[in-house]
Amino acid sequence: MLTILNTSLIGITAGSIYSLMALALVLVWRSTRVVNFAQAGQAILSTYIGYEVISRTNNYWLALPVALVAGAVIGALVDALLIRSLTKRSANGPLASIAPIIATLGLLGVIRSVVGMIWGGDLRQYKAPVSNIGFTFGHTTIPFSRYNLLIVITTIVVMIVFTVIFQKTSLGLALRAAAFQPETARLAGVKVDRIRTVGWAFAGATGAVAGVLITPQSGLSPNSLDSLLIYGFVAAVIGGLESLIGAAVGGLVLGVGLAFIREYVNSNLEFPSTFVVLLLVLLIKPGGIIAARRGRSA
Amino acid sequence: MRSRLRNLSFVAMGIAAFFIGDHVDELRVTQGMMVIYTVVAICSLVLLTGYSGQISMGHGALMAVGAYSAVLSRTYWHFPLAATFAIAVLGAAIFGALLGVAAGRLKGPYLAGTTLALAFGLPFITSQFSFLKGTQGLPYDLGNAPKSFRDNATEYKWYFWIAALAGLIIIWLLSNLLSSRYGRQWRALRSAPVSAELSGIHIGRSKVLAFTISSGIAGLAGAILAMSVKSAFPDAFPLVLSFTILTGVVLAGTTSLAGALIAGLLLVAIKEDLSGRVTDYFASGPHISDNLPVFITSFLLIVTVLFAPNGPKFRKK
Amino acid sequence: MSALIVSDLTVDHGAIRAVDGLSFTVQQGELAAVIGSNGAGKTTLLRALTGLKSTKAGSATWKGNSILGQKPENLVRQGILHVADGKSVIPELTVEENLNLGGIWRRDKKDVALAKSEVIDLFPRLGERLSQSADTLSGGERQMLAIGRALISRPELLLLDEPSLGLAPLVIEQIFHAINSMRQRLGLTVVLVEQNAMSALKIADAGIIINLGKLVAAGKSADLVNDPALRAAYLGY
Repeated sequence: MLTILNTSLIGITAGSIYSLMALALVLVWRSTRVVNFAQAGQAILSTYIGYEVISRTNNYWLALPVALVAGAVIGALVDALLIRSLTKRSANGPLASIAPIIATLGLLGVIRSVVGMIWGGDLRQYKAPVSNIGFTFGHTTIPFSRYNLLIVITTIVVMIVFTVIFQKTSLGLALRAAAFQPETARLAGVKVDRIRTVGWAFAGATGAVAGVLITPQSGLSPNSLDSLLIYGFVAAVIGGLESLIGAAVGGLVLGVGLAFIREYVNSNLEFPSTFVVLLLVLLIKPGGIIAARRGRSA
Repeated sequence: MRSRLRNLSFVAMGIAAFFIGDHVDELRVTQGMMVIYTVVAICSLVLLTGYSGQISMGHGALMAVGAYSAVLSRTYWHFPLAATFAIAVLGAAIFGALLGVAAGRLKGPYLAGTTLALAFGLPFITSQFSFLKGTQGLPYDLGNAPKSFRDNATEYKWYFWIAALAGLIIIWLLSNLLSSRYGRQWRALRSAPVSAELSGIHIGRSKVLAFTISSGIAGLAGAILAMSVKSAFPDAFPLVLSFTILTGVVLAGTTSLAGALIAGLLLVAIKEDLSGRVTDYFASGPHISDNLPVFITSFLLIVTVLFAPNGPKFRKK
Repeated sequence: MSALIVSDLTVDHGAIRAVDGLSFTVQQGELAAVIGSNGAGKTTLLRALTGLKSTKAGSATWKGNSILGQKPENLVRQGILHVADGKSVIPELTVEENLNLGGIWRRDKKDVALAKSEVIDLFPRLGERLSQSADTLSGGERQMLAIGRALISRPELLLLDEPSLGLAPLVIEQIFHAINSMRQRLGLTVVLVEQNAMSALKIADAGIIINLGKLVAAGKSADLVNDPALRAAYLGY
């Protein structure tokens, strides 16, 4: 019984971070119809910036907002400098439909190699701001720690903030309109290009939060967020790639599912099962298992 | 007439490879093997992306399947070297066919993500089976070069010739395939899927076929890679390898085999030569030199899709 | 005074010349119907005027200012509103959110609220369905919603693309009646693109008949309706 509870809690912690990465991918997909594989690069750069703040000030609570702002700025720059001009050139040919994907891949390479040039390839660490040792009840210590709790709470806060922005504000209305029907939105006076950049900035900030949160547990190197990108992608696909709630649920489903496979089946099966889940979802329910509306064709 | 010209150019390339291999030092010969497996791998994507319009961000994984197939058949069944190449093609093609059945139903971004996940996850999968020997991998026993060569040729020269021959044969086969009925079908499907289907071309089957053949070619590239490092191990097939091949096919203009040759040469030159010169010139540290090749190739990739979304044109059609 | 002046406008649609040297004018406060059959270039004309499509040659001015080459979202800020055909509401949003979208860029939130209540007065059916998803609306209601959203932006020039498309005759009559009454009340200039020549010319002051991208005839709608040759060839009644 206790094992089931522990496994669920660990799964929820991991799943929270997957949700954040999935959310970052969904925000960009909705606004630009691009799966942003550079998200791992943007997040790693933001996390290194956070790492610099921590190593200078020893203050995690300063690093988190700095990384968040850096992530937003990087996201906005990527859209304004690269993606916008790429989507404007409508071309025909074998690569036309996949050119943006390839560009984000190139961007991942550029950011990662620049990070490698600045900080090198060694694994770096910083300490969690709160205890990483599990809570103790009487004589039992469970694996779920204060830091895990912080991860879950931060994720919930991020989700609430986005829900409020999207559902209650004019900016959110513009973001949704631009995502669903960019042309109609423009004819109603929405500056879709700018709104898109805002979407990229939100995504960048979310990815940065995911990076800063996961690093005390995973360590930091130029490719330490690659696996998170894959898990985030799978979580986003489970959620239908369109929906913010879908991303959240997809991350949790994946996180808890993998935790149980690790605990009860075989710890080495974690990645193969992720791949199998991805293929099954894509082949059986391409619209995702959570999204209410059918996924659009890409 | 055109096919005779093509055959002649392949023979010329073979002769050139023979003499170049004979005259350069061992370092250049190993770099030559890099060029061969890079070009063969790019050609596999010319078929997949340029002709059938599918994307793969994980062809490095298929190369790994080919490499492991070749090495296993050598280690456990003692196949002759040439037969291990055939096994590499076959193994990767079977794997690719399975993947292709799924891939045919996936749209661009989903297929990209799935193949990326595969390339990323492959090392984890190899650690699952004890006979693959984990991160250390398996040695590729290449046997000895013939006696008559051992006097005046280093071992690697012999391997280079084998690799060049195998690569030229498979690219020659591919170029014949691309100018055959199938090549026209793929082109038709890519440019006008609806009318192609109406005229009786089966889209799904045709895409799976392209994925299968492309995987087989990538498998051979993997076997050549394994030959160049004399073993098959997970780290020989990193994500960067898959990205490099994809960059190659974009630089090659996606539909040109001649472009693939140029792109392969360029990518190996950047990795092996240009980056070193730049870091030496600026006297930069290891951080720079380790990351410069990826930086340059990624940068080239972005610039290419920005300014020539379908890659540079090598041949007017 | 002519408020909208289009001269020698030429627009290509792929390899096809969709609008070919088209010139016409619309007076301030006038309702002009642009009539033509399917494929005559009507939709392309509107898309070119509001910056959704790039033009090959020619010019277009609104109150003396060139409007070609401007982005649609900027034209909205100058009072030029284009209600595209068919799918001009966002079905994923609620009716109220669709309406709010029309005022999203405006600073004067008091006037947005006022405009919104005027729209609800004009189309009471929308008022009853504010919290419903726009997906649940009928074709006629969607058209009301699209026009209502444009009105919240306080337009001076309203470009309507086939508001009658796919609607039942009775509903068409309602919509056209609403268009006519609101433009008289608000002093709007309206360009109404229609295949449905009879209903459109009935409420229009002026008519512009185009075929294969070229101007066939322009004039007072009463004169056009009474020209037997035009009636037989282009007006279809």
